[in-house]
Amino acid sequence: MELSSLDHLWFQVAGTLCNLTCHHCFIRCSPKNDSFGYLTLSEVRRRLEESVALGVKEYYFTGGEPFLNHDMAPILVETLRYGPATVLTNGTVLKDQWLQTLADAEAASLYSLEFRVSIDGFSPETNDPIRGAGTFDRAIRGVKRLVDFGFLPIITAARTWSDDDETAVVGQFVTMLKSTGYERPRLKILPTLHLGAEEERSHGYRDSERITAEMLAYYDMSQLICDHSRIVTDRGVYVCPILIESADARLGETIGQSMGSYPLRHGACYTCYQYGAICSNPSSAAVHDK
Amino acid sequence: MTNKHMNRIACFGGVYSNYLALDVAIRDARRRGVDEILCLGDFGAFGPHPNRSLDLLRMHNITCIQGNYDHSIGNELDDCQCGYTDPRDNHFAQISYDYTLSGTSVEHRGWMRELPEQLRRKLGPLSVLMCHGSPRQVNEFLWESTTPTHFLDKLARDYQADVILSTHTGIRWQRELADRRRAVNVGVLGRPENDGQTNVWYTILSYSRDVELQVEFVPVEYDFRSLADEMDNEGLPKEFSETIRTGWWTTCLEILPAKERRRGRY
Repeated sequence: MELSSLDHLWFQVAGTLCNLTCHHCFIRCSPKNDSFGYLTLSEVRRRLEESVALGVKEYYFTGGEPFLNHDMAPILVETLRYGPATVLTNGTVLKDQWLQTLADAEAASLYSLEFRVSIDGFSPETNDPIRGAGTFDRAIRGVKRLVDFGFLPIITAARTWSDDDETAVVGQFVTMLKSTGYERPRLKILPTLHLGAEEERSHGYRDSERITAEMLAYYDMSQLICDHSRIVTDRGVYVCPILIESADARLGETIGQSMGSYPLRHGACYTCYQYGAICSNPSSAAVHDK
Repeated sequence: MTNKHMNRIACFGGVYSNYLALDVAIRDARRRGVDEILCLGDFGAFGPHPNRSLDLLRMHNITCIQGNYDHSIGNELDDCQCGYTDPRDNHFAQISYDYTLSGTSVEHRGWMRELPEQLRRKLGPLSVLMCHGSPRQVNEFLWESTTPTHFLDKLARDYQADVILSTHTGIRWQRELADRRRAVNVGVLGRPENDGQTNVWYTILSYSRDVELQVEFVPVEYDFRSLADEMDNEGLPKEFSETIRTGWWTTCLEILPAKERRRGRY
């Protein structure tokens, strides 16, 4: 799989450290998992500078929980000087002071700052068994806080329900969000990735769940993350945000060293193939000519 | 034609079957004495009576390139390739697409099938590249708030253009680039810009030695009430005619980045 152009540069900005221990986390993030560590502001700044000549279009920040990294607000402020920034958060540790700083920075920037808040059910009863006791209420308080500061967070839910229930579940999400005062909720539904903790919660990938050459014959390759993305971690640059625990997914120390091709050999590649553009924002979606 | 030297051109995109606004824009541009009028694609969708816009474009010899919609209609594909991700948006897009496909004459379909995807022109000494979404992809969204300047600089270098003109998103904007280059989203005639105003927009680009490139966004006032009434009479979704009457988008909202979304009502 060739990189067609580096449009999306991701940062594993909080490593694998998270204040929550979600049962479906594909990289087993937790308060104790420090297999990947925080990125510093100076490290991010160095990569942003490197990204300019490469024509990167969007910057994404993930973890772990990005806002455990005390450099997070300054990192986003800095990024908004270069381009649009998206941060994937669980919404439970946000502070008003950071949000004010970020609202001011976005207002002064040409570019959008997107918050994606992970909530995996429309109620404590559906969310908390996956994300932990009390997390629904805490995340909703985070959403309200974001809305109060003028942001329009994209609520991101992993599909832990059946396809048949999708319409009803989405409807219940919208109703719930509106009832909290978020009048025009934005939603993004993601497939689960059968890696990490999710392997125990449901199941891992079967050997048959792999991409074959035949499957790619008429496929729009831009749907695959590795077609247009790389992710910076404190241990080097990896092919995509999903595979950082696979040793073969580390492509180099610098972004420039990581522009080479990558074999689509993992089960997660199959999920990416099936659903397409699973990690990017709706505003950056596009399909190639058929 | 590609080497034709000009000093003043009019450009618009996204007609979306708004033949009333198209008629006003063409007359206005002619009155201003432009050397050429160009349409950057997406003739159909959203509005009523698709043949009426196509008749106008061809009767007035407007230079056209093919948008994703025109590629779909011309080739009678199953959908518009608009790049929507939300089921509600796709639902409305499909109603509109089926209406437009069945209402577009075979002759017009054949014409749009053969249109180029891109064109180059000389505006004074400046090399102008015209495309629908972006120079690299016909349905790529170039929103103002998600398109970094260094990304546009790279496109301008890679495609050897002093000026890149695009449309597709439905909201106009422009940016100065390195080496006095420029990127311009010329806006659309088909529907208002989600700002509560009912007018639509086109763009005039002029070259003079004194100021070099001048970009003027021109508001187009037209009989939007008649258009909305016709849309209702044709059985098109009320959500569409509401946008024409109010200036607020009611669909395609999920593809908007945060800044653009925040400016709207919904």
